[in-house]
Amino acid sequence: MIDYEILKLIWWLFVGVLLVGFAVMDGQDMGVGSLLPFLGKNDTERRVMINTVAPHWDGNQVWLLTGGGAIFAAWPLVYATAFSGLYWALFIVLAALILRPVAFDYRSRVPVQKWRSSWDWALFIGSAVPPIIFGVAFGNMLQGVPFHFDETLRSTYTGSFWALLNPFALLCGLVSIAMTVFHGANYLLLRTTGLLQARARQVGLVAGAVTALLFIVGGIWVYFGIQGYVATDIDPAGVANPLLKNVQVSEGAWFTNFFAYPVLFAVPLLAIVAAVVGVLCEYVWRPLSAVLASAVSILCIVLTPLIAMFPFVLPSSSHPVSSLTMWDCTSSQLTLQVMFIVTLIFLPIVLVYTGWAYKVMSGKLTAQYIKENDKSLY
Amino acid sequence: MISTELVDLSRWQFALTSMYHFIFVPLTLGLSFMLVVMEACYVVTGKEVYKDMTKFWGKLFGVNFALGVATGITMEFQFGTNWAYYSHYVGDIFGAPLAIEGLMAFFLESTFIGLFFFGWKRLKKSTHLIVTIFMALGSNLSALWILIANAWMQYPIGSEFNFETMRMEMTNFFDVILSPWAQAKFGHTISAGYMTGALFVLAISAWYMLKGRDLEFAKRSFRVAAAFGLVVSVFTIHLGDESGYLVAKDQPAKMAAMEAAWETAPAPAPMTVFGFPDEENQITRANVEIPWLFGIIATRSLDTPIPGIKDLIEQNTKRIENGIVAMQTLSSLRKDPTNTELRNRFEQVKDDLGYGMLLRKYTDDPSRATPEMISQAAQDTIPGVNIMFWSFRAMVGCGIALLLIFAFSLYYSAKDLIVSRRWLLKASFFALPLPWIACELGWMVAEYGRQPWSIYEILPVHLSTSTLSVASVTGSLIGFVLLYSALLVVEMWLMVKLVKTGPSFLGTGRYFFEQNRMSDKE
Ligand code: HDD
Ligand code: HEM
Ligand code: HEM
Repeated sequence: MIDYEILKLIWWLFVGVLLVGFAVMDGQDMGVGSLLPFLGKNDTERRVMINTVAPHWDGNQVWLLTGGGAIFAAWPLVYATAFSGLYWALFIVLAALILRPVAFDYRSRVPVQKWRSSWDWALFIGSAVPPIIFGVAFGNMLQGVPFHFDETLRSTYTGSFWALLNPFALLCGLVSIAMTVFHGANYLLLRTTGLLQARARQVGLVAGAVTALLFIVGGIWVYFGIQGYVATDIDPAGVANPLLKNVQVSEGAWFTNFFAYPVLFAVPLLAIVAAVVGVLCEYVWRPLSAVLASAVSILCIVLTPLIAMFPFVLPSSSHPVSSLTMWDCTSSQLTLQVMFIVTLIFLPIVLVYTGWAYKVMSGKLTAQYIKENDKSLY
Repeated sequence: MISTELVDLSRWQFALTSMYHFIFVPLTLGLSFMLVVMEACYVVTGKEVYKDMTKFWGKLFGVNFALGVATGITMEFQFGTNWAYYSHYVGDIFGAPLAIEGLMAFFLESTFIGLFFFGWKRLKKSTHLIVTIFMALGSNLSALWILIANAWMQYPIGSEFNFETMRMEMTNFFDVILSPWAQAKFGHTISAGYMTGALFVLAISAWYMLKGRDLEFAKRSFRVAAAFGLVVSVFTIHLGDESGYLVAKDQPAKMAAMEAAWETAPAPAPMTVFGFPDEENQITRANVEIPWLFGIIATRSLDTPIPGIKDLIEQNTKRIENGIVAMQTLSSLRKDPTNTELRNRFEQVKDDLGYGMLLRKYTDDPSRATPEMISQAAQDTIPGVNIMFWSFRAMVGCGIALLLIFAFSLYYSAKDLIVSRRWLLKASFFALPLPWIACELGWMVAEYGRQPWSIYEILPVHLSTSTLSVASVTGSLIGFVLLYSALLVVEMWLMVKLVKTGPSFLGTGRYFFEQNRMSDKE
């Protein structure tokens, strides 16, 4: 069997990959959905926007579902503690996500203005709310959330829902929605034409700049205003019981990894550079490069807090010893190994057919196309 | 102690959200397969009517699928939100099939469903058929993995308790995925889904024939559905019998409750076909029995006795007493993990650890449990008899009724007499709710019959919950019910509207409303 320590590291990477996959892939359709009521000035334009993502949004959403499943399998304590602790935040995300499939599928089946515009708002909520709340959740993770374990490893969360909405967390929520909108606008630039495309470009230019700016503000805030956590006496190959280590809270601790390995600064730097490059590509009408740039920017923005917190995944502010790290929140060695093999086989297959589906459905969508296929499109 | 109110609310929330989910799941499973059959007919014969059939039933499939996905999203996260201790305690085993379901099944069906709807003009005929096949394969694989997870809750094998991490851990992955329970459940549940799909097509086609509309289209759909339905009904019933055999072997309390078997009858036991179980006095009134039948079906032998409820309670009392010792030993062992003598003692009693935990419903410290508490906990090990007895009989009744309908339908449509057999068309139409009733009741038998355990004989339900306030769960429960009910109403409305318009909405110009120059009331 592969070393327990190595498997734990691999799973930290895999969870990162799944989160990035979700942010980049679903970011496209959530970005488009967030822009829907504002950029689409009439029914046909809205249908063009919706149909750019119609064949893909469901597959993209599975990145989130698989991420949830993988956290359950690889980090059961995180799955249990985070989702029950952040109960209302998750309820809101779920309610928003539930609206999406229905809105996509039902919207265009009835040619009544009222019906369609109601579903457009449902699609907007389903697309804009989840990125904001996920951003807020990251903001709270960086600060630590109040929970502790009893001796049977039952977790209790002692904070309130409103405490999650603190200024730093809200800033993270803004970064998250800004990067999603940026990515969605770039995607529209690639798939649409005419006035709609021009409007998407304008929004993209602003959203890209805002993303870079707010991300920098966030970094400075973490350096000066957020306390990090340091773990000691941890045995990377040991059993998965979080209560066996020691944890201290300390100023600037979230920068220790970066100062220890300065090459890691490349990640947040690339996030900013890619956002700027994305804006430039948009400016000179290079849609494909713009989409790739915003994808890289999102990748680096999601990875930055993961690296800063390493090895922590869910620090506890009320009882630091209960904090969960990627060494002690994991499943058994056998489960990690089985899941590693399964992922190694299936993830590449998923990537291949997803790529094929995008290829089959590629090309510009126009008002003409919508008219010709009125009955069969969304 | 965990409040009973919290536990009950969490149970209500899980039961309602999963039963909502399972309104849509069986139709997805069944229709996706029927679409493959119809489209294959199109590719082989080249007749346009089969293409129209695939597209028409495909639209209805899409309306249903959207809500299947919407309600499924909740399920994926609900173990974490509402069953946190459960997730910690068994995530090592239970999480794996759930993650594999995502990787192997959800990606497949969700990606290919996009191509199914939007790829008609962009793909070759045969490539599109392959897309449809992958989509159906994806939904069937998703059922496979979730049912492996569910089967493990009913029959937990391939795993062991680890006192250092305070949870169950996997010892053999292949035992988990090849469990006989998983096979029976998978077979029974997907064939139940196929029956649902077949009856859906049968009932709606029958309605078109009754209305005298689009006869050619309806007759062909009807014939495909009747043939497919008859075959899968036989499978469903056969695998239901297999499930019953496993229940009798591995979960005697569930079996005793299903059959209202209060006493251990001498082998081979008689089968109670009908009667009124009286839970208070522990007898069944006005019962009609068939000698030997229960013994033969449940044990497949003539000489194995089947334990009755009274005897089971007595046996379980002993296991609970043993469980108290297991809990005490575990807590000493956790304070002194290197003590090999304690460890050996724990090994001897750990099979009854779950039974000791049953007392945590009544006291925080099971070592101080009173005899009344122990007797209460032993009573708890038998699920409610009336619910089990009636749910099971109703499911079987629906199964037999559906089998007959499919058989007659196939017979008359093979002879091409179906349009004149109006009684059968009416029966087919009014049978529409039966497969759904059977499915929901089947889950009731399986899940309610597992009470008081969430993992059979390992983890009781009342310890499985998250630490939440009653207000939070009440709020989310109300939220889900309102949201789901609103969506269900919209879905039904849209479904009825599409069905009434019929294949005319495809806009091919070949169907009833287009031919008769009537507007399709949009
Ligand atoms: C993977 C696991 C799993 C799966 C596939 C299902 N269930 Fe389940 N079910 C549970 C895991 C579970 C559970 C978490 O263990 C619950 C919650 C509380 C409990 O007792 O068991 C439960 C409870 C539960 C109850 C309430 C029983 C009670 O509280 O008395 C019902 C009626 C159902 N389920 C019905 C269903 C339906 C209709 C399903 C189809 C989708 C289903 N279950 C799938
Ligand atoms: C209780 C555990 C369950 C969980 C956590 C769960 C989770 C999910 C999720 C997240 C989806 C949406 C996937 C997508 O976006 O395509 C889904 C859909 C689906 N699920 Fe479940 N599910 C559960 C029970 C079941 C059972 C018992 C079955 C079948 C036997 C089943 C069969 C399906 C199918 C066929 C779909 C496709 C969509 C549809 O129903 O129309 N699920 N499920
Ligand atoms: C006619 C003979 C039938 C028999 C003997 C039968 C038997 C059973 C048994 C014993 C169970 C419980 C398994 C457990 O506790 O885990 C069960 C569950 C179930 N049944 Fe049936 N059944 C029959 C017909 C049907 C029909 C017609 C349907 C639906 C169309 C159906 C749908 C289900 C479902 C969805 C479940 C829950 C999943 C499972 O546990 O497999 N059954 N059945």
